[in-house]
Amino acid sequence: MTPEIGHFALILAFALAMAQSVALFAGARGDDAGFAVFGRRSAIVVFALVAIAFASLMHAFAVSDFSVVNVYENSHSAKPFIYKLTGTWGNHEGSMLLWVLILTLFSAVLAAQGKAAPRDLHLLTLGVQALIISAFLAFILFTSNPFERLIPAPADGTGLNPLLQDPGLAIHPPFLYLGYVGFSIPFSFAVAALIRGKADTVWARLVRPWALIAWVFLTIGIALGSWWAYYELGWGGWWAWDPVENASFMPWLAGTALIHSVRVVERRDAMKGWAVLLAITAFSLSLVGTFLVRSGVLTSVHAFAVDPTRGVFILAILIAAIGGSLTVFALRANSLSATGAFSAVSREGALVVNNVLLLVACAVVFVGTFYPLFIDVLSGDKISVGAPYFNMIFAPIASITLALAAVGTLLAWKKGDLPASLKRLIPAAGAALVIAVLVLFLADRARVSGAFALALVVWLVGGAAIDIAGRVKLFRAPAGDSFTRVKGLPGAAWGAAIAHGGLALFALGAAGISLWKSETVVLMAEGSTAEVAGYEVTLKSVEPFSGPNYVAERADFVARKNGETIALSGERRFYPVRGMETTEAAIRMQWPGDLYISFGENKSGNGWPVRLFFNPFVHFLWLGAAVTALGGLIAFADRGKKPAKLRHRQPKAVAAEAAPA
Amino acid sequence: MRRIVFIFPILVFVVVGAFFAYGLTRDPSNIPSQLIDRPLPEFDLPAIQGLQDGLSTEDIKGEVALVNVFASWCVSCHIEHPVLMELTKANAVPIYGLNWKDAPGDGKAWLDRYGNPYKAVGDDQKGRVAIDLGVTGAPETFVVDRQGRVRFKVVGPITEQYWTDTLQPLIEELRRS
Repeated sequence: MTPEIGHFALILAFALAMAQSVALFAGARGDDAGFAVFGRRSAIVVFALVAIAFASLMHAFAVSDFSVVNVYENSHSAKPFIYKLTGTWGNHEGSMLLWVLILTLFSAVLAAQGKAAPRDLHLLTLGVQALIISAFLAFILFTSNPFERLIPAPADGTGLNPLLQDPGLAIHPPFLYLGYVGFSIPFSFAVAALIRGKADTVWARLVRPWALIAWVFLTIGIALGSWWAYYELGWGGWWAWDPVENASFMPWLAGTALIHSVRVVERRDAMKGWAVLLAITAFSLSLVGTFLVRSGVLTSVHAFAVDPTRGVFILAILIAAIGGSLTVFALRANSLSATGAFSAVSREGALVVNNVLLLVACAVVFVGTFYPLFIDVLSGDKISVGAPYFNMIFAPIASITLALAAVGTLLAWKKGDLPASLKRLIPAAGAALVIAVLVLFLADRARVSGAFALALVVWLVGGAAIDIAGRVKLFRAPAGDSFTRVKGLPGAAWGAAIAHGGLALFALGAAGISLWKSETVVLMAEGSTAEVAGYEVTLKSVEPFSGPNYVAERADFVARKNGETIALSGERRFYPVRGMETTEAAIRMQWPGDLYISFGENKSGNGWPVRLFFNPFVHFLWLGAAVTALGGLIAFADRGKKPAKLRHRQPKAVAAEAAPA
Repeated sequence: MRRIVFIFPILVFVVVGAFFAYGLTRDPSNIPSQLIDRPLPEFDLPAIQGLQDGLSTEDIKGEVALVNVFASWCVSCHIEHPVLMELTKANAVPIYGLNWKDAPGDGKAWLDRYGNPYKAVGDDQKGRVAIDLGVTGAPETFVVDRQGRVRFKVVGPITEQYWTDTLQPLIEELRRS
């Protein structure tokens, strides 16, 4: 019975969302209070209905109701309970339902808190959201119904892909979707701004927190996925430039550009066309990612089961949403005139450069990801684009972007003083030079690239520190005065400095593992010893054992270096329901780098193939991502000093204001 | 001038969207064989345990034939096998088997149980010949012409519909030329 309740709730939500979009567009045109009230309240009701549908699907998974096709195909009675629950979104239909659940949640929050927004902007934005919700509910109902029945019910299910039976992967998709879907709100705000022909500081003030929170979630989601790939897949890497990884990374790059340019609109009432276009781009790339994963146009390790009708349906949504919004952009962007002028050397100018670089980086990833598709369509040849392309082109662009970030934050709004800003950076440059020389002399390999990479890290951290020190007048004012300034510093400034510092840490991790990783592959029997990065690693024993829904081999290793002894153990699991194997690599997390061991099957009887890695600085990848997300969160918490309505009534005064943040 | 700049994004999307739409009609996992129009690689495989004759490249020359890679552990081969039996019963085309990475005895047990559609079966226990053929999984089937050249490769099981729609017309055309 509960699956039918869920199905029915979903149908109701679909009908209501369509009515809601009409009411909201009608309400935005006139003064009819009834339309507006209906539209706003519907947003909350639609969310409640989708929540009911999601809960009923989760219930079906929890009680292992195999009369539901989706549960039969993706669950099994012997699976641990927590993975029964998280299995709700471990498949195409359920994950789409989670996608829409988050979409309706954001709409409901927007509907509830919209008092600060101008009436027509608020209604139009909710109206665009309602259109997106309707489209995706139609997609679920017509092509991916998670509540389809299977009568008579089979005795047991076929199981969840064991790779997904992992805490990292249980929480990775929800965060990713919170990010993807979060960008729908800036998108809707952008379309609404184009329709009403006005994007101003009030608009930016409303968009910025949504863009920031979506970006924070996406940052965490991508980092979790990378962390999972590192410890679960047993290949010793953290990022493979797989199409689906790129699909999450492209909206992140566009979103990063968005959170920077929307700040310019908020502070200076300039770069509106850019900000609007970026808001459209960030969500469009989220949609393209969805298309990529679920249509089967590219091969990927992440792809869901391929069904051509789904691909066609998502493409139709893509054309309506992206084509529609860009058409409105082409027709109306001219009306978004800027009032705040700025010179080339200024914070705004630096942010323009930042935006251009980020978009170029995004285009590089886009071209690399879709190149196999373009070539297949044009010539019929099958090719794949590997990591070397991305590393070779993306790394320099990213390095330049990061290097300039340190300069940009020191420039004043409107008109900056470049020589003075560069002068302030001399300590950072000096420190960077010292570290570069140290690397040149001390590193055993990758000296030049390593020197560049670590100098960049130090430069970026130094720049962020100098920025904060300058704002609080450290050492130039009495200590008490500086402390007052620390407390008074806006969250946006702290957020930027912390996020940039986080990126520096991330770059340190990326440089460490890609430049100084040690790797050995050997065949080991029990008792034999191998060597990696100065560690003497002995395979002590390999013992079979059985887990809740798998059988496994556990290998115990002992690593010795300089008299220190480390014990590690890894597993190779076999899940009989799916006939699949997974590895749990033996990882010792430690300074200055991880010892990482994965092992294969003893096919020959002579021993186990063992891959030993030493990954220097690798933790900084995820630590850096976490710090970066924290910076975004701090900036998110900063809503500025004046209430939005006041600013709205005094646009002239806002445009004239040019104090540095 | 400004107007033209604003039209640029939609133009980019139109081009990309057209590629997406056309891309939907194509299957990225269908990778063409490097062997197309090349001679079948030379091999001389022993018989599988329990059968008399092995399989060598020489056996396959002279008429249009299929070389089918199969294994007893392969699930999709279960689906394909009845179709191969039908083809042999109808004398549609000679089929040669390549028993890929099977334990000794397993291949024969499989053929005893489900019937033997093959003119001859070679035992590729180590998978060496499969590497030369560029086999990525079982089942895979190669269409070989009279001169012993590979003309087509099928990845995955041959279904009845695939036979009537694709393979049968192709084989008839190869026989005429």
